[in-house]
Amino acid sequence: MKLELGKIIIDDLQFAVETRISDKTLFINQEELLELIGEDSRIIEINLDIVHPGEDVRIIPVKDVIEPRVKVKGPGGVFPGFISGEEMVGSGRTHVLKGVAVVTTGKIVGFQEGIIDMNGLGAEYTPFSKFHNLVVDCEVKENIKQHEHEEILRMVGLKTAAYLGKAAKEIEADEVETYEHKPFLEAAAEYPNLPKVGYIYMLQSQGLMHDTYVYGVDAKKIIPTLMSPTEIMDGAILSGNCVSACDKNTTYVHQNNPVIEELYKYHGKKYNFMGVIITNENVTLADKERSSNFTAKLAEMLSLDAVIVSEEGFGNPDADLIMNSKKLAGKEIKTVLITDEYAGRDGASQSLADADPSADAVITAGNANEVIDLPPMEKVIGYQDFADVIAGGFEGSIKEDGSISVEIQAITGSTNELGFNNLTSRSY
Amino acid sequence: MSNKLRIVHYLNQFFGQIGGEDKADIPLRKEDGAVGAGTALNNLLGEDAEIVNTIICGDTFFNENIEESKSKIKAMLQEIKPDLLVAGPAFNAGRYGVACGTAAEIAKTELGIDVVSGIYPENPGYEMFKQYAYFVETSDSAAGMRSALPDMAKIIKSYIQKDGELKSPAEEEYLPRGVRKNVFVEERGAARAVKMLLKKLEEKEFETEYPMPVFDRVEPAEAIRDMKKTKVALVTTGGIVPKGNPDHIESSSASKFGEYSLEGVMSLEQASYETAHGGYDPVCANMDSNRVLPVDIMRDLEKEGVIGELHNKFYTTVGNGTSVANSKIYAEEIAEKLNAAGVQAVILTST
Repeated sequence: MKLELGKIIIDDLQFAVETRISDKTLFINQEELLELIGEDSRIIEINLDIVHPGEDVRIIPVKDVIEPRVKVKGPGGVFPGFISGEEMVGSGRTHVLKGVAVVTTGKIVGFQEGIIDMNGLGAEYTPFSKFHNLVVDCEVKENIKQHEHEEILRMVGLKTAAYLGKAAKEIEADEVETYEHKPFLEAAAEYPNLPKVGYIYMLQSQGLMHDTYVYGVDAKKIIPTLMSPTEIMDGAILSGNCVSACDKNTTYVHQNNPVIEELYKYHGKKYNFMGVIITNENVTLADKERSSNFTAKLAEMLSLDAVIVSEEGFGNPDADLIMNSKKLAGKEIKTVLITDEYAGRDGASQSLADADPSADAVITAGNANEVIDLPPMEKVIGYQDFADVIAGGFEGSIKEDGSISVEIQAITGSTNELGFNNLTSRSY
Repeated sequence: MSNKLRIVHYLNQFFGQIGGEDKADIPLRKEDGAVGAGTALNNLLGEDAEIVNTIICGDTFFNENIEESKSKIKAMLQEIKPDLLVAGPAFNAGRYGVACGTAAEIAKTELGIDVVSGIYPENPGYEMFKQYAYFVETSDSAAGMRSALPDMAKIIKSYIQKDGELKSPAEEEYLPRGVRKNVFVEERGAARAVKMLLKKLEEKEFETEYPMPVFDRVEPAEAIRDMKKTKVALVTTGGIVPKGNPDHIESSSASKFGEYSLEGVMSLEQASYETAHGGYDPVCANMDSNRVLPVDIMRDLEKEGVIGELHNKFYTTVGNGTSVANSKIYAEEIAEKLNAAGVQAVILTST
C-alpha cells in the first residue's frame, strides 16, 4: 500500500462567502457549514469561532481536535465507518490542510475534557495552540445522556473536518510525502539483514465513553490485529472518548501518529519497519490477558525483533501496558514503552499503577499531576467554570480574575503517550 | 537590611554543643545565630547567607515527643520566617537523621521552606524523608564533617545563584529525592522512543526515562470463619457521594476521601446519591449508586443474618488519576477508623 500525503500549508483562517483556499488562507462559508453540521435534531445551537496562535483565547472544555483532510485519489474516503464507507484506506493520495485544526467544545459531556490556551504558559503545554483552529461550540438538548452527547459532538467535529478538507481537493500540495507498506513476505524479503521492528498501538477501550474507533468499529470489540501504518496515517483510527485531556489521543494525533512517522525515518536503513499491531485496553482481566497474549503472538508471527508500545490513558491501562511488556519480553522481543506519569502533585509518588522489571526502556511524557497556573484570557470559548470539575481540576481551580490553577492533566495533549509533545519528567 | 539568605539551622544536642547521649533528652530550644558546626558553615557561606537562628533538640526527646517537636519547630520557623532550613548533617545517626527529615518535612510541606541537609545514604532518615530536602551525601560518621560542610555550602550557594531552582541530583551533587519534575526537551517523545529502540537493538547503553518502582505487596488478612458475627464495612474508590458532593472530592486526582453515614439508609436512592468519579460514564452509577456501593444488598444480607451487621459509615474516594502515595495515605487513615469502630471485614469496590 502506497500513500501520498499532499500537504497544503495554511497560515490563516477567515470567514467568507465561499469555502475555498487561496494564497495559504482557508476561507470558510459559515452558513453552509452550519447547515451541514446542525442537521441533527438533538442539537440546539452551534457557534463557530476562529482562533489563531498567540491570541488571548482559552477553549474549555475541549472534546476533540481533528485535522481536515480529503481523499484525492485511490480507494475510500476520510473517516471511514463514519463519514465515508467501509473501503480500506491507506493508499492513493490524500490532501491534508496543514496548520489547521477543528476543535470541538460545548457544555461538558463527562468530566474528562480539556483546556487549550492559545497564549501564555498553557499554550506551551498543548500542541494544539500552534494551529489556526476552527472552534465548534455545540450545545445539545437537555435530556441527552452523556454517551449520546459525546456521539453528537464527535459527528459534528468529523463532518466539519471533512467539509473543510474538501476545499483542498483541487489545490496543489506544497509538499508530498510518500509512505509505503508492502505485503509482509515482500517486506521481509526486502531487507533480510535488518532487524524487524513493529509498533504496538494500544487503543483506549475502557468503555463508557472511553472508546476508540477503527474503521468505525469500537476497539473494545476487536481482538488485536495487523494494520498497515499507512491506514492509520490515512485516518482509519479516530477518537471517541472522554478520558483525561492530557493523555487522550485526539483524532488529530491518530491521524498524525508520531511513532509511525518516526519509525519510517530509519526504515530500510537501521531496521525493517514491518507494520502495526493494534490492541485494546479493555477492563476485564480475561480481555486484558487475551489481548496481551494475542499481541505478543502476532509480534512473534511477524518475527519481530523489537517493538515500540504506546499507551493511552493511565491507571487501569497501566496493567495492559505491563502485561504487553512482560509477554513481549517472554518472547525475547526488545521493547520500548511510551507512557506518562501520575506521580502526585509533589512528584513524590510512584508514577504507574503497575510495574515490572521487563519494562527497562520507558519514555515518559511527563507527570500529569503537576500543577500549573494559567493566566486569565481575554476571551473564553466554552465554559470556564468547568475548570473546577474537569479531570485535573479541583475546588478553587478557577480564580475570580479568570486565572486557573490546574494539574496539567486538564491540558489537551500535554502528556500525550504517542510522544507527540516535547514534555518529559526527570527525577530530582 | 541585607539581601543575605536567612537560614535556620537544626542540630541535635551533640552538634549543638550541649552534650552527648546523657543530654539526648533535652527539649527543643532556639539560639541566636550559628552554633557549633553551624559556625563553620556560616564562614563557608561568606556574604551570601547567614544562619540567623539555631534550633537544638535532643535526639531522644525529639523521637519520643514527635508531635510536640513538630509543632514547636513549625511555630519557631513561622516566627523566624527563614529563606532556607539547614538540618544536620546527620551522618549515619538514625534518630538524628529522622529528626532532620521530620524538620524538613514540616518546613517543606507546611511552610514551603526548602531544606538542605547532609546524610549517609543508609541512614533510614534518607529513605523516609528524601523528597523533602536536598541531602548531600556524607560519610557514616562525624569524621566526614570536613567534607560535608563544604558540600552543603556549595548547594546553598548554588541555591542562591539559581533563585531556588536547583538542577538535577547529578548536576548539583545531592542525593536523588525521587521527585518527578516536568521539563521540556528538544525532541518529541516518539523520536526519543525510536532512538532508545535503536540503542536497544544495537545493544548499546541506554537510560530509561522512568526506572520501574518496586511495589509493596500486602499480605491478605486471615479468612473470616463466621460471617454471621462479622461487622462489614463498604469502602469504594468509585466516587459514590451524597448528592452534590458536599466535600468536593475531585473527579480525578482526589486530594481527600469522604466519610458518610449509612444510619437508617436501606438503599442508595437516586435523589440522594451520585458519583464524583470522572473516569467513567456516570449515567448508570447516578441512576443506581447501589451498583457501585452495594448498600441495598448488604442490608438484605444483614436482614437475612448472613452478616452480623453493616458498618454505619462508608468511606469513599475517587481512584481516577490519584497517586499511589495519596491512595496509601487515605487507606491508612480509613483502616485506622475501621479498626477503631470494630469492623472485621471490608468490601472494597472500584468502578
